[in-house]
Amino acid sequence: MGVAGKLGNLGVVTTTLEAAINWGRTKSMWPMLFGLACCAIEMMSTQASVYDLSRFGMELMRPSPRQSDLMIVAGRVTRKMAPVLRQLYDQMPDPKYVISMGDCASCGGIFNNYAIVQGVDEIVPVDVYVAGCPPRPEQLIHGIMTLHEKIKTQRIADWA
Amino acid sequence: MSERPLLNSTGHSTGVTEWEGTVQELQGLVSPRALTGETMLLNMGPQHPSTHGVLRLLLELDGETVVSCIPDVGYLHTGIEKSMESKTYEQAITMTDRMDYLNPMGNNLVYCLAIEKIAELDVPERAQIVRVLLAELTRINSHLVWLGTHCLDMGAMSVFLYAMREREMILDIFEMVSGQRMMSTYFRPGGLWRDVPAEFIPAVKAFMDYFPAKIEEYETLLVNNPLWIDRTQGIGVITPEDALAYGCTGPTLRGSGVNWDIRKAMPYMGYETYQFDVPLGEHGDVYDRFYIRMKELYQSVRIINQALARLEKAPAAFRSNNRKYVPPPRSELGRSMEAVIHHFKLWTEGFSLPEGEVYVSIESPRGELSCFLSSDGGNRPHRVHFRTPSYVHTMGAIPKMAKDGMLADLVGIIGSVDIVLGDCDR
Ligand code: SF4
Repeated sequence: MGVAGKLGNLGVVTTTLEAAINWGRTKSMWPMLFGLACCAIEMMSTQASVYDLSRFGMELMRPSPRQSDLMIVAGRVTRKMAPVLRQLYDQMPDPKYVISMGDCASCGGIFNNYAIVQGVDEIVPVDVYVAGCPPRPEQLIHGIMTLHEKIKTQRIADWA
Repeated sequence: MSERPLLNSTGHSTGVTEWEGTVQELQGLVSPRALTGETMLLNMGPQHPSTHGVLRLLLELDGETVVSCIPDVGYLHTGIEKSMESKTYEQAITMTDRMDYLNPMGNNLVYCLAIEKIAELDVPERAQIVRVLLAELTRINSHLVWLGTHCLDMGAMSVFLYAMREREMILDIFEMVSGQRMMSTYFRPGGLWRDVPAEFIPAVKAFMDYFPAKIEEYETLLVNNPLWIDRTQGIGVITPEDALAYGCTGPTLRGSGVNWDIRKAMPYMGYETYQFDVPLGEHGDVYDRFYIRMKELYQSVRIINQALARLEKAPAAFRSNNRKYVPPPRSELGRSMEAVIHHFKLWTEGFSLPEGEVYVSIESPRGELSCFLSSDGGNRPHRVHFRTPSYVHTMGAIPKMAKDGMLADLVGIIGSVDIVLGDCDR
C-alpha cells in the first residue's frame, strides 16, 4: 500500500509524453564538476550552503563527463584548454546543454589578447549565457532556470 | 609531435589546434623504465575534481607508487602581465584581481605598493588600517575556500558547507565596501577607492564575534579526527632544507618549521605595529600545513580586532592628497579649476610614473607574492611581473612531495599546498 492507497482518490493526470520527458529532464540535471577560473568559485558558492543548488535537483556535480547533462563553462577558456574542453563536450551523452558562465566564457571579457578564446561558443554550442565578472550566484541560478524554460519547449520531433 | 586543427560544431576551423604527443618526447622527464613500458604513465587533469582548477600532472607510476610527477601548467594562462602593458596604471588594477582570484585584495595591494614605491606616494593612516583589515579578511576568505576544498578532496563533505557559509559573510562585507563580491578593485594607488561605509565597522565586529567559535567547530571536526589524521600525518613530507631549496614560502614553508613570514620579516602597511604570532609546524607533512593554517585564522582575527580598534580613532583622510596620482574629491570640482584639470588628466590619460624598477613582496594566503614593476616614464607599465607562490609550489614542491608517495595521497598533497591555478598561470 503506497501513498495512493492511503489517500484513496488521487485521480488521473493527463499530460503529453513530451511534457513529461521535458519535466523529468529539468528536475534532475547533473552538472559536470568542471571549473576553469574565478567564476568557478562563484559556481561553488552557488552549490554550497547559502544558495543551495540542490533545490533544483542539481547538488550532484559529476566529475566525469559521461555522467553529466550540463556543462557550466565557468571561467576563461584559454587556447591551451580549448581542445580539452571540446573533448569533454564530445564525451557527454545526449541530451547535453552548455551554460557559458561569466564574461570571459561568453565573449572573452576583459581579456582580449593572444591567450584567451573570445567566447566559448567558438568551440561548443551554448544554450544560455550568464553575464557578469563573476556573475553572482543568483545570476547563475537565473541562468539555470532560463535553461529549464528552454528545455520545456523542446519537441520530440526535433530529436536528432 | 603533430598538430590537428580543431573544428567547431559546424565543421569550420576554430583556429585552435590540438597537439598529439608521444612518449618519446618525454624522454628525460620520466625514468627510462617508462619508455619500455615497465612503469605506467598516467595523466591527471586538466579536468580533475581535485587539482583545484586546470592543473595537469603527468604521473609515472610503479604500481601505486609515484615514481615521478611532471606538472604541466598553462591551461589558464591569460596573458595578464602582457595585457597590463596596454592599460594605464589605474586600469591595470582590475587585471590583478583576476590573477589569484581567492586573494583579490592582496593582488591589488602588491600592485599598488609597487606603484607607491616607485612614485614615493604617501598612504594615509586610515587607508593603511583598512588595507590591513581587508587583507586579513581576504586571508580568512581564502583559507576557508582552501579548507572546504581540501576536506572535499579527502572525503569530508560537511566542512565544505560550513566553510562556505562563513565565507558568504565575508563576501557581504566586500560587497559593502566595493560593490563587488569577489573582484573588488578596492585598493588604489595612494589609498582606497572610497571610504568605508558607516555599516562597515559594525558588520566586521559582528563577524569577529561570530567567527572564532566557528574555527573551533572546524577544529573539533578535524584536528583529532582519527580518519583525518591517518590520511594526513606523515604524508607529503618536505624537510626545511628542501622547502627552502625549492623556493617554498608561506604556510608550505612554515609547515616545515621555518619561521619566515613577510609580514614580520619585511613589514609593509604597518604590520610591524600589530601583535600577532606566526604559527609553525614541525614535521612538514600535510597535517602540519593544515594545522598552521587553522592557527593562522585565529591570528587574522587578532589582527582584524586590533585594526578595528584603530579604525574607530583614525583620521578621515582615506587617500593621499598628491593630485598628480590621486583624483580630487568630487566636491572640489565645482570650485577649483586646478582640480578639474587634474581630474581630466587622470581620467583621460592616467598618471605617469618616474622611470625606474621596483620589486615589492607581501604575504599572500599562499606565500610570498611579489610584484616587479618597470616604468619607462610613460603612463603604462613597461613591464609587470608577478612572482606568485602557486607557480613556484606547483613546479617545485608538489613533484618533490609526491615522489615515492602513494597515488592516493597526491590529492591530499595538492590540497595542502593550496595552489590556485589563476595565480600559477596568470
Ligand atoms: S568573467 Fe571575470 S570572474 Fe569570470 S573567469 Fe572571467 S575574469 Fe574571472
